[in-house]
Amino acid sequence: MALWHWARSRLFGGPLNSLLTIAVLFLLARGLAAFVDWAVVRASLTAANARQCEAAGGACWAFIIDWLRFILFGRYPYAEQWRPALVLAIFVALLLVSFARLLPARMLAAVWIIGLAVVLLLMHGGVFGMPVVETEFWNGLPLTLILAVGGLGAGFPLALLLALGRRSQLPALRALSVAYIEVARGVPFIAWLFLGLIVLPLFLPPGVVIAKLWRAEVVFTLFIAAYLAEVVRGGLQAIPRGQYEAADALGLGYLQRMRLVVLPQALSLTIPAQVNTFIGAFKDTTLISIIGLFDPLQDVNTALNDPAWRLAYVEGYVFIAALYFAFCYLMSLYSRRLERRLAPARR
Amino acid sequence: MGSAPLSPMIELRHVDKWFGAHQALRDVSLTVERGGRVVVCGPSGSGKSTMIRCINALEGHEKGQILVDGIELTGDLRQIEAIRREVGMVFQQFNLFPHLTVLENLVLAPIWVRRMPRREAEELAMDYLERVRIPEQARKYPGQLSGGQQQRVAIARALCMKPQVMLFDEPTSALDPEMIKEVLDVMVELARSGMTMVCVTHEMAFAREVADTMVFMDRGEIVEEAPPEQFFAAPKNERTRLFLGQILGR
Amino acid sequence: MSKTGVSVRPAPRRARLWHDERARGVILQLAVVALVVGLLAWFAANAVENLRREGIATGYGFLGREASFAIGVALIPFSPANSYAHALLVGFLNTLLVAALGIVLATVLGFIVGIARLSSNWLVSRLALVYVEAMRNTPLLLQIFLWWDVLRLSAPQPRAAWQPLPHVFISNRGVYFPVPFYGPLDLWILLAAALGLAAAVLLRHRARRRQELTGKRLPALWLAPALVLLPPIAVFLAGGAPHLLDLPRMTRFDFAGGESVTFEFTALLLALGVYTAAFVGEIVRAGILAVSRGQSEAAEALGLRRGQVLRLVVLPQAIRVIVPPLTSEYLNLTKNSSLAVAIGFPDLFSVGSTIANQTGQVVEVMSILVAVYLSLSLATSLAMNLYNRRTALVER
Repeated sequence: MALWHWARSRLFGGPLNSLLTIAVLFLLARGLAAFVDWAVVRASLTAANARQCEAAGGACWAFIIDWLRFILFGRYPYAEQWRPALVLAIFVALLLVSFARLLPARMLAAVWIIGLAVVLLLMHGGVFGMPVVETEFWNGLPLTLILAVGGLGAGFPLALLLALGRRSQLPALRALSVAYIEVARGVPFIAWLFLGLIVLPLFLPPGVVIAKLWRAEVVFTLFIAAYLAEVVRGGLQAIPRGQYEAADALGLGYLQRMRLVVLPQALSLTIPAQVNTFIGAFKDTTLISIIGLFDPLQDVNTALNDPAWRLAYVEGYVFIAALYFAFCYLMSLYSRRLERRLAPARR
Repeated sequence: MGSAPLSPMIELRHVDKWFGAHQALRDVSLTVERGGRVVVCGPSGSGKSTMIRCINALEGHEKGQILVDGIELTGDLRQIEAIRREVGMVFQQFNLFPHLTVLENLVLAPIWVRRMPRREAEELAMDYLERVRIPEQARKYPGQLSGGQQQRVAIARALCMKPQVMLFDEPTSALDPEMIKEVLDVMVELARSGMTMVCVTHEMAFAREVADTMVFMDRGEIVEEAPPEQFFAAPKNERTRLFLGQILGR
Repeated sequence: MSKTGVSVRPAPRRARLWHDERARGVILQLAVVALVVGLLAWFAANAVENLRREGIATGYGFLGREASFAIGVALIPFSPANSYAHALLVGFLNTLLVAALGIVLATVLGFIVGIARLSSNWLVSRLALVYVEAMRNTPLLLQIFLWWDVLRLSAPQPRAAWQPLPHVFISNRGVYFPVPFYGPLDLWILLAAALGLAAAVLLRHRARRRQELTGKRLPALWLAPALVLLPPIAVFLAGGAPHLLDLPRMTRFDFAGGESVTFEFTALLLALGVYTAAFVGEIVRAGILAVSRGQSEAAEALGLRRGQVLRLVVLPQAIRVIVPPLTSEYLNLTKNSSLAVAIGFPDLFSVGSTIANQTGQVVEVMSILVAVYLSLSLATSLAMNLYNRRTALVER
């Protein structure tokens, strides 16, 4: 009964609405039928090349299946690929633990840091009999995750400093913070990546060599810090003056006031914006493919260079898209959940 | 489009209304005569706001009939527009247009709905601003006024359309205590001038002074309807007694 | 001190406070500035040394040298004999072109999506939601590659070309679309349109005055566009109705007539437009939702029609909320256009990186690029601040 009422008002609430509903349902039906036909019914899970798939008339998932290990792990030594696989498992575990809110914030942060250290150790090797693998061969999904998580971890403290600096009464600090933030945000990320790649070595003493991965990590950190700083600043501005005054009245010093009263509120207020920023930064990691780092997108592009599979580009890109969609959508769900959890406290 | 001069201003006949699965109005029947002043009270969630919002079609009703000045409210847009011209509404949250000055707030509808020339509309507006005793605020923006002033502007805005009946949806509930009186004074004066009024409010002193009919609603139905003397002195229904006890025993 | 017993106001104890807080602030600033300056100086010293070792030239003199490379898409004439500076200009114009068109596409599509999201029809609003979520959660670069490969690899032979819009053809030879013919009649048509526009403006002015004075309204809504459109059409017909558009037509092997653009341009434009439209849609939706329901209820209660409610009450308030983030999004689109470098479309960044590769003077080239993008960003910020100040709602 309720469903009927709902359908009447939301789907057929008037002549125009009803027409729209019918038209959309019709188009959807046709589109979905064609899609299912392509993606499932006539899809090929095994094939020697794209032409065979084309002959079958459906999606060429065989391409993904054939190249899966390369797409996920890139040129990491084949025999050692259990290590990046374990790294992926560790990341998933960390995400689940965070999502399930099993730990208080401080412990969670510590767990993440330890997790990251373990990840780096695993990827690099050199202990417990694991052969060393240079960062050049850290490819695929682990690369993206290391870059994103590391960048967020290192960028967050910097972002806090910048946000506080921008709000500071001291003119020099404010000017420096503003300059940093505006310049970082005003230039496309790819330009910073190029700069990091090519110009950073110039600014270091002759002979000092930093691996491409770490150069990209530095750039990523500096870039994400600027965006997060603006988000935090928004939170700081939204806190009523009364909070600052109450903290002062209690005799708290600047650092204590920030640490115990202001920042916790500012940060929890801006969680959605923070997650949005992180999602954007996570997607931006694909840009490292332009400077010759092998993230999953670049792996797919490399795989597509194989003439046998060139025409399977749709399947390849759809797979990567699904990968990113899964991560990003889950992150946004998490942020919505966090928001709801914290909202009641803010009545 | 009127009807026989002595027909009631507002008639609700066995009105039912649902919000999804929740029934907000149950078999509500009410008649408001011309010049009548009805005050509706009741606990929150009783449907009193819903009822008066149905009168000017801000909410639709599923069963029953609603007639205003003889015109029945169906889905017909033209009828709804005709009714809204004759029914003025004052909201709890004032709902003044923040991007327009006070004067512009008042002349907006007369110009665009009644097609009045601007000069005439502005004269009318200043007239009503005087009646609500804040003519000097004409060029200010709503954000610069106090709550009590804003609500008086809202009343003037509704009056500028020269409605035949005024609906008030808890007009003083969002005001600081010291500003409630200035708004109630305006409403009392309006009642004395003969305006038909339906008012949802908790202000019982005001009700005693102005109302000729008191209506008590609870859980979507009209529980009791009586003239104020009888209503306050000897309420017939147990629920009414309970409510009055809570509200007056402060 | 107080010899006579009269109490003297003690000297303010600010000396100690001054010593504590203000001095601390000054010291902190000096320390930070010294740190930053020191770091920059160290960077500069290293850079000079490194460049010397590599034998790379410094300075901006290279800008006058010959480019020695061609640019596929150029709004102004360019040949390999032109200078690097000229090449950068061509790239800049390409950036502006793709950004401007991208903004138009994103805005139109975005408003449709935003309104669809607000629709009371559940299906329509859900579909729009799916679209928005799909765009927000997938990388732009990936979408650019996808569009590019679809055009490059799957476009059919000219004979069987795709026709997404009337007279727009996509084949493996390129993207063809109609362009206006330029002839003597066009001058008259333009003149007629200009006159019509002037007449329409005049009409609106008269109509408004009439309404102020008498309250009656002219149907300017219909008359104004008619005034703008009818004269040019009349001139067109009077001139013998020649061909208005140069339409691409299928000849033996390929299309002739019309204008064509490269796959790179099309892919970049479509990707940017479709991607940004999702964000524009959310901004529009947020803007309209920001206007409280009470506003439209009050307006409706006064008897205003839906169209009037939107126009006079809701939209003016919604626009204030929409414009700042919308401009931000436009700026993002312009910065994202630099991804052209991934598919070889010669925008400013692409051209710049080619020059940097050729001359080895990466620092100078990048400094120019950074300066240009930064200027665009700052100019937009300033414009936005001005707009905000001018349209802010007046409050106590």
